[in-house]
Parts: sequence; structure tokens; C-alpha cells
Amino acid sequence: MGLLTNLRDSITRVTDRLFADDEPKRIGIYGPPNAGKTTLANRIARDWTGDAVGPESHIPHETRRARRKENVEIERNGKTVTIDIVDTPGVTTKVDYKEFLDHDMEKDDAVKRSREATEGVAEAMHWLREDVDGVIYVLDSTTDPFTQVNTMLIGIIESQDLPVLIFANKVDLDDADVKRISDAFPQHETVPLSALEGDNMDEVYEKIAEYFG
Amino acid sequence: MPEATTPDDGDGNGVRIDLISGARMEGLTSMEKIRLILDSVRDGDIVVLEAGLSPEEESKLIEVTMTEISPDDFSGIEIETYPSTQQANQGLVGRLLGKEESAKKLTVIGPANQIETLHKDEDLISALVSRK
Repeated sequence: MGLLTNLRDSITRVTDRLFADDEPKRIGIYGPPNAGKTTLANRIARDWTGDAVGPESHIPHETRRARRKENVEIERNGKTVTIDIVDTPGVTTKVDYKEFLDHDMEKDDAVKRSREATEGVAEAMHWLREDVDGVIYVLDSTTDPFTQVNTMLIGIIESQDLPVLIFANKVDLDDADVKRISDAFPQHETVPLSALEGDNMDEVYEKIAEYFG
Repeated sequence: MPEATTPDDGDGNGVRIDLISGARMEGLTSMEKIRLILDSVRDGDIVVLEAGLSPEEESKLIEVTMTEISPDDFSGIEIETYPSTQQANQGLVGRLLGKEESAKKLTVIGPANQIETLHKDEDLISALVSRK
């Protein structure tokens, strides 16, 4: 029964994609906490629609529920690509409210934040299996990309046959190391950028148009 | 694991490690595997899977783990898996050649508040396990 259900779901997904060519592609922005996913989502949304997607913060799990910015039209090389940007919570296998107490947060607020974060991550994982057409995977280029969550997430994305672009963010910082990221995931293209400073956004948009158009 | 018993080590502070063979996991559904892992880990045990999990199962493991996290009780899991990224890339070639099923991996899963990865490379996972 489970097999039949899975088969039916797979067929439905494939046919949905085949007949949805005119619909905007849903592009999920995934990655670990604090990689700069919301900053990038806001940069893209502001550049092409004038509006932001959501608030940014240095505190982990600022984005606790996925936020969507619909019908973002990106023009590159005479071609227009329309995407829905889905900014997701940072994926992790653990959330401990005590970590938030270090950010001058009261216990009640920290517990509430951790509950919302866990719901958001669960939702993001579900959507990754069911509801996105492509993935922008954002990594902090100042940190070690060889983490189990990154390896697992890239493996999950590959198993879904989703197009994926890896963005090495925060290249404006002195200890950024883009090569470490491209070496970690050589099977995918790595694009360096600073979402905060807006560095290399021309190439970012070119790659988005190329991969998701 | 349902039929296993927990020996009394005298001070009740021992850490149990369940080494689960690929053959045993093969007969389980995805949710049965996830339940087996999470039930053990929530009891404070370390689980070592000979054959690892599929990407779909890893995705569901993260999702279900998130739904079970609660303050001062369970803060999630620590997980490390072979093969390394380099070996996984070889696996990608293997997949293209239709050899996906031959890829072996070993996965270590434990409670996040008790297990900490100290070092990981292509042929060594070094972890520190603390008592509760």
C-alpha cells in the first residue's frame, strides 16, 4: 500500500511539474543556521520587487517559519525568469533553547523560539520532499562546510533530482574560503557572493536564470 | 531495541551502544527504522547503523526529530555518517553506473546533549560520549 501511495505521489509530482511550465518555479533557499539565507532572500527580493522577505539577525533561527516571496521576475541576457523564493529556517538536527539564553533572551522567549524553530525545520524538510522545484543552498564561506547536515542535505537534494546552486556567502569577511566549499561539493557549481554587501550579485542572477529558467 | 535488556552497571550511569546490522534494518519500513533509532537515542543510547539510511529516510529522521524536541528533555540528535564527501562523490559515479545499492555506509547517531563529534575524516569518526 505504501509503495502504491509513493508511486502515485511520484507520478503526480512529475505530471504537476510537466504541466506547470508557465507557473513560477518554487526555489527553496536552504542551508545551515546563520549562513545568510534571509539576507540573500531579501537582497534578491529588494533588487527585483522592492520589498524584503523577512527580518535578518545574527541570532540563530531568526527565520522560524518558511517565508515566500512570489512572482520575482529576474531578467538576464534578454531572458525573464519568474520564481517564487521560499526562505526556509536553517536546517539542523538539534535545537537547544539554552543556546538562545546567551543572546540576552529570557527563558520563556528562548523556549518559544526553539519550539517555533523545530516546527519550521520539520516543515522545511517536508517541503524539500514535496514542494520545491529547485534549491539555492547557502553556506557561510568562513566556516567548515564538511558538516553532517550539509552532506545529508545535499544528498537529499540530489536524491530528489532537484537542480541546486551552491552559494558561498560572506566573501566580504577576511577569513572567507570559497575553495573550501567548492572542494567539499565539487559535483555542484559554487558561486561566491556577499548578500550583505551585494558583491557578485550579477553572477548570482545569471546562474539563477541559467539553472531555474 | 525491544527485546534487549539494560544491564545494571551498579551506578546506573552507563552508556549503551546498539550496533544494528544492515540485515536487521532491511526488513523494516522507513518509519520503523526512524522509530527504532529515536526511541533508543531518546533513552540516552548511541545507535550505530551498519548500512546507514537512504536520503529520504535521513530527511524524515530530521523531520521527526524536530517534532520530538522538547525543553529540558530532548534537544535533538548528533549524527555522523560514512562515507565521506569524497567517497560520496564516487558513489554518485556509481549511481550513474547503476551501482547505487553496493554503496555501504556506517552511521553513528546519539543524543545531542551526550555525544559530541571531536574529529571526522574519510576513515575516522572520533566522538566524545558523556554520561547524563
